[in-house]
Amino acid sequence: MGNLIGQSVKRVEDKRFITGKGNYVDDIKIPGMTYAQIVRSPYAHAKIVKVDTSKAEAHAGVVAVFTGKDFADAGIGGVPCGWQVDFKNGDTMREPPHPILVADKARHVGDGVAIVIAEDRYIAKDASELVEVEYEVLDAVTNPAEAIKEGAPLVHDDIPNNTSFDWELGDKVATDEAFENAHHITTLEFVNQRLIPNAIEPRSAIGLYNEATEEYTLYTSSQNPHLIRLLMCAFVLGIPEHKVRVVSPDVGGGFGSKIHHYTEEVLVIWCSKQINRPVKWTAERNESFMTDCHGRDHVTKAEMAFDEEGMLLGLRINTKANMGAYLSTFAPAVPTYLHGTLLQGLYTTPAIHIDLTAAFTHTNVVDAYRGAGRPEAAFLIERLMDTAAREMNMDPAELRRKNFIPPFDGVEQPGYQTQVALQYDSGNYEGVLNKALELADYKGLREEQKKAREEGRIMGIGFSTYVEACGIAPSALVGALGARAGLYEAANVRVEPTGKVTVFTGSHSHGQGHETTFAQIVADNFGIPLEDVKVVHGDTASVPFGMGTYGSRSLAVGGSAIMLSIEKIKAKGGRIAAHLLECSVDDLEFADGKWTVKGTDKSVGFGDVSLTAYVPHNYPDGEEPGLEFSSFYDPANFTFPFGAHIAVVEIDKETGKVELKRYIAVDDVGNVINPMIVDGQVHGGLAQGIGQALLEGAVYDEAGQLLTGSMLDYTMPRADDFPMFEVDRTVTPCPHNPLGVKGAGETGTIASTPAVVNAVIDALSPMGVKDIRMPMTPERVWKAMHQNGN
Amino acid sequence: MKHSISMTVNGKEYSGEVEPRVLLVHFIRDHLGLTGTHIGCDTTQCGACTILMDGAAIKSCTVFAVQAEGAQITTIEGMASNGELHPLQEGFHEEHGLQCGFCTPGMIMTSVELLNQNPNPTEAEIRHGLEGNYCRCTGYHNIVKAVQYAASKQA
Ligand code: FES
Ligand code: FES
Repeated sequence: MGNLIGQSVKRVEDKRFITGKGNYVDDIKIPGMTYAQIVRSPYAHAKIVKVDTSKAEAHAGVVAVFTGKDFADAGIGGVPCGWQVDFKNGDTMREPPHPILVADKARHVGDGVAIVIAEDRYIAKDASELVEVEYEVLDAVTNPAEAIKEGAPLVHDDIPNNTSFDWELGDKVATDEAFENAHHITTLEFVNQRLIPNAIEPRSAIGLYNEATEEYTLYTSSQNPHLIRLLMCAFVLGIPEHKVRVVSPDVGGGFGSKIHHYTEEVLVIWCSKQINRPVKWTAERNESFMTDCHGRDHVTKAEMAFDEEGMLLGLRINTKANMGAYLSTFAPAVPTYLHGTLLQGLYTTPAIHIDLTAAFTHTNVVDAYRGAGRPEAAFLIERLMDTAAREMNMDPAELRRKNFIPPFDGVEQPGYQTQVALQYDSGNYEGVLNKALELADYKGLREEQKKAREEGRIMGIGFSTYVEACGIAPSALVGALGARAGLYEAANVRVEPTGKVTVFTGSHSHGQGHETTFAQIVADNFGIPLEDVKVVHGDTASVPFGMGTYGSRSLAVGGSAIMLSIEKIKAKGGRIAAHLLECSVDDLEFADGKWTVKGTDKSVGFGDVSLTAYVPHNYPDGEEPGLEFSSFYDPANFTFPFGAHIAVVEIDKETGKVELKRYIAVDDVGNVINPMIVDGQVHGGLAQGIGQALLEGAVYDEAGQLLTGSMLDYTMPRADDFPMFEVDRTVTPCPHNPLGVKGAGETGTIASTPAVVNAVIDALSPMGVKDIRMPMTPERVWKAMHQNGN
Repeated sequence: MKHSISMTVNGKEYSGEVEPRVLLVHFIRDHLGLTGTHIGCDTTQCGACTILMDGAAIKSCTVFAVQAEGAQITTIEGMASNGELHPLQEGFHEEHGLQCGFCTPGMIMTSVELLNQNPNPTEAEIRHGLEGNYCRCTGYHNIVKAVQYAASKQA
């Protein structure tokens, strides 16, 4: 190994971005390209009585207009769901069609009704306003708990009670028993509010059809190009997969919202064939708000049972999860296998049960958003822990420590089998907590709080200790749980004749810095300079079938696939080297970019071996020329990062505004390849999690209008909402992948929401405040401060 | 009806014919092919489209191209000179001030004005100065450090 792994190597991808030479989908211009504007329903629930496109079609510069009827006539059903969860009684989940454009009924604000294609984007927009749609507006329902009640307006006429599925996990009998025997029970009822991801790059797609070759190219701002191709070809359009190339070039952030297969991808591809010209669609921000998959939206009752010593006896959860109007690609997995399975947290809770109902409503679809299910799990567990500590008059750190699963490395000590299906790989929970307490100077903070209170200032300290699951796997297991895809990763490592290396990865970077991290791994292993490695991703024409980037899986799964190819190259290179050095492979050692005969100074370099592989004049018998290997890595298990976060807030007495004074994050993501990049992932995650606690929340009114439909109305964190974050780590390697890595993309989001809420409640607890609904806006905080006649 | 306009962009003269309603950002991206300036919203909220017009940082999605008649424009493509990065570009690279890179051009252009007005800003002043620009990736932490880097480099 060289000396790049573990170093904060500056990113190789930066230069193009800081000089304005990035290549995002909307930057791409193709000769003859047309521009599309989608006509979207302004109503949450409305029958489509009539669509008249004649004026739009007659508008100068309009190339074509298509409606839902055109898709229905062409027999195109809709975008599929990629995960099946069955009812408790074994019935198959109810999975309504998700039309490309709706013909009969609009089911949420933003549902696509028609597409107008024109010579430029201004004309397309003008003409879209000439499409006349007659709607018959119907009653809507937006809250999942209301939607499943008898008599609620139906989203799909043939789906009773708007219920997609119900589901449970854990031991109900044992859990109910634990509550009967409890000394203390803590209960919270809350809404884990809906969030809108808002990657700063709006979604964009270009469809291109070549009449001569009958081939298509789709440029799409996706985290997941191969899966999009598979779903679109096999399940939507019925076109041959090998004749479709999907390219996801530079993508401006995803956070889950660009995982899913969207109707617009189908639209531009299908329309490009109809008009025989390229079609580009780029979302306006209001379309992002209306149609990018939303996140969270759980209505939950959560209870925790303790004995008199403060030991956890049981956890009982009832959740109504909002699916929106249709089932998005991975939607059913989020509240179930990414949420219910995480309810053990990092505690020894002996009995756990979750009962869940997934409901359709007249709102945009909900699917994975940074953390996807795990933030919801951590939120309820950690809110309960802080609340319970207060109720039982215990220190929140001590209550947690008492209930922690003892350390296990997954090698000497076995993994930890939870009550909710998963087996944790390795963990040292007390280790992260101790480090966080030390970093925060917890004792000092409590003294400061005491002093603040004496001075009439409102200060609070909140905790969150969490475990999460990344790199969801193995494929056979997730298949048994309902996944309609495998969750392995692919890599092809190609050593070029001159010893330079091109890596083709099935992972997709949209900010994560794979071009650097993966190059560090390859360069270090081959003992070559970083500049000699190039990482290619996001193009189905060059990259082997990959599963994309989400769920913090790229390094643990994608990096491991690269490691498999590296090992194959080292083995073959060794055989070539042995031939050149006229020795046996066993006599060789590989270090610093060369194979050396042990105990001698006879050696041959990586570059010479590479050249020999492609110019095989003096070559081992029976060895194939070339030095390139593809690998597919299917992990043995998820990885389980964990951490301890502490938030310190101060609340303005007059306005109720919460100021985040300090934020301490100690995470354990296993081994770290590039600390700078990992820290950056944590910072970004924190911003989104803190955003949920204090600022963000989607609001639909009774009629299903999205009231937070622009950046003016939906509040996201800005630079002056945060202090500098205090980020640190412990290292407990993952025992089951070759790099010992876990995943760092979501930890910040998962941990920070409850930490901040806990800090606010801690601050206000002397006023008798027990809970405040998120986002904890100044108004809500002020009202809470004054509710008890304070 | 189209209007002829001309302006200087990154030191080069450009002219073109545009409808009066064409936004400056579309003129820059679609007509001039300078796609480093990005569009992130419809409401002048995100700052991804920030450029310098006659030395001041403006959101080019909220200015018509015809309003830039005769103006001196600098976009992200004009920041490096003779292959040498501007201290802010260097700062964003050195301090890992970008992840997906989509907000980055706007952040850099806004920071130019910030440092012009206040060459030695405090952390709070930097945060305040960047309030008009959203970044969804970095949590702003390293963006603040990038601006601090450039400030000390330029000092
Ligand atoms: S594009 Fe968002 S401010 Fe201009
Ligand atoms: S780096 Fe992605 S939005 Fe700022």
